[in-house]
Amino acid sequence: MNLLKKLGPISPSKQDKLAYITLRFFSLIVIILLILMIGQLFYASREAFSEFGFKFIFDDFWNPIDDEFGALPFIFGTVVTSLLALLIAGPVSIAVALFITEYLPKSISSILGTFVELIAAVPSIIFGLWGLYYLAPFVKDLLTPALKAVFGFLPFFQGPSFGIGILTASIILAIMIIPTITSVAREVFRSVNILHKEAALGLGATKFEMIKIAVLRPSFSGMVGALVLGLGRALGETMAVAMVIGNTPQITKSIFAPASTMASVMANEYAEAESDLHLSALCLVGLLLFVVTFVVNLVARTIVWKQTKGASK
Amino acid sequence: MIKRIIALCLLLASSSTFALKINAAGASFPYAIYSKWFSEYSKIHPEIQFNYQPIGSGGGIRQLLKETVDFGASDAPMKEKDKKKAKWPVLHVPMVLGAVAIAYNHPQIPDELKLDGATLADIYLGKITKWNAEQIAALNPGVTLPSDDILVVRRADGSGTTKNFADYLVEVSTEWKQRVGTGKSLRWPTGVGAKGNDGVTSIVSNTKGSITYMDLAHARKNNIKTVALKNKSGIFINPTVEAVSASAKEFKTTGKELTGSLINSSAKDSYPISALTYILLPMVEKDQKRVEIYKFVEWAISKGQSYAKELYYAPLPTELSKKVLERVKSL
Repeated sequence: MNLLKKLGPISPSKQDKLAYITLRFFSLIVIILLILMIGQLFYASREAFSEFGFKFIFDDFWNPIDDEFGALPFIFGTVVTSLLALLIAGPVSIAVALFITEYLPKSISSILGTFVELIAAVPSIIFGLWGLYYLAPFVKDLLTPALKAVFGFLPFFQGPSFGIGILTASIILAIMIIPTITSVAREVFRSVNILHKEAALGLGATKFEMIKIAVLRPSFSGMVGALVLGLGRALGETMAVAMVIGNTPQITKSIFAPASTMASVMANEYAEAESDLHLSALCLVGLLLFVVTFVVNLVARTIVWKQTKGASK
Repeated sequence: MIKRIIALCLLLASSSTFALKINAAGASFPYAIYSKWFSEYSKIHPEIQFNYQPIGSGGGIRQLLKETVDFGASDAPMKEKDKKKAKWPVLHVPMVLGAVAIAYNHPQIPDELKLDGATLADIYLGKITKWNAEQIAALNPGVTLPSDDILVVRRADGSGTTKNFADYLVEVSTEWKQRVGTGKSLRWPTGVGAKGNDGVTSIVSNTKGSITYMDLAHARKNNIKTVALKNKSGIFINPTVEAVSASAKEFKTTGKELTGSLINSSAKDSYPISALTYILLPMVEKDQKRVEIYKFVEWAISKGQSYAKELYYAPLPTELSKKVLERVKSL
């Protein structure tokens, strides 16, 4: 304090300049961090990249003993579990968000909203353990027979089920991304112009029709943004998935079969990777995952940003 | 108030300067006994503090080479390539023995199902898929086996336990040797992978018809049935602490090193998937810290061995521990 007093008063214009420089510096840190992370991943994976090149993405074997690596089974597992999770979580989240914003009285809606968001506070390892001890037996004993009875003619619902595999992992992922999608969708619905809603009602629309015309239609791109944001979260989820997916690097038709994701293989094999090439291949998988999630998030942010900007006009 | 805080800080600082901190990292398999040893040893020598991180054998070797730890720990001896990377020679000290048990879950199959190496390899190769397969039935006369599917469960994370298990399958099956081989992470022909001993344990306890390999302690503590495995002498042996010790009876060290394999030992009462676990001592200049580490190792392979049994590890057989003691004392 004394030092500041001694320096004397700083003129307002200088204060502005100082604030500008400090804030700019701190926001630059984020960008520098990002670049450093990408750079480090590039550096760590250069050995695998020079060995396998872009073939790495399309090869479907993973054999640490002979140092042969291809990431296709992991890309397959990541994409399939994330999309399935989105398929399950999307309708639920949007219905919940609509219910909260349009049907519930304000006092209760904020409580329910908080509860949904609290799901996001559950650590992923807890989801993993819950999945392993409760969800997996449930999927094996009840869900699989039911699905087989109804959809058994499709190849996706054939084959043996032991409770751990793509389906269980997708359900867990779905539960984990519900809060993300719900909260973003809620914001999007809230940003709908109230005059439009009133106009729809004034023209004689029922509440359901009003929601269809005045809420859902203009929010479409925002909802897509919320879903893609949820997808971004599902792509990178690690521990919970690693515990229930069965960790087999294979590409299968059946959603009951075990698979493996990019995040889970890194979590599983990093600590005990034997050769440098193995380690480097795992880093290359990490780089691929980073790029994919980065792009997905970028797209989602852009859509949401455009939507809310349009609404505030 | 502030004075009190400063006093407390000083007190903490002074106590930590008196205590000698020894950092180590590596294998998770012997973690239970190592933590027991560290806590017991700190009771006798309160000035020594251990900090052991069970990050896996591979991680232990990597941290040792990076010189972030004072000693490492590994279930498998270091490879030549890694040894060359080190700035100093590394001494492998065998600390204790352990067993990899073959565990299974089926209410209709009694405990101590009999299997031999070839059959086990065929199960893990995906060639035997039913519990009532001919090969299994032939080994278990008088037992009515169910016609259920076998669910093969294995570790998904890289693991020294996997390495020991695969080492055994390589010994007993040429097909396994050619198609899969051995290592901490494998390209498994069949089954589902679970994370860690706990993940494997949970799947097997919950799933009828599953089979897996896990360390003996996990199988016993969770009351999972274990297989009696046929050893090299043709006797079916249950995984017990005694049978593990027996496998080290005819243990031969390779050259100057104290390392060697216990897999598929020819000793009569031996359990075939037994393994040593090592700590890795870098042979650097002898300072106070080194002296304290050597003292601890000496204590662990003599007095410390008595804690092994209750934790389902087997103590080193007398002959081997004598040899190890001599070597450590000469440091």
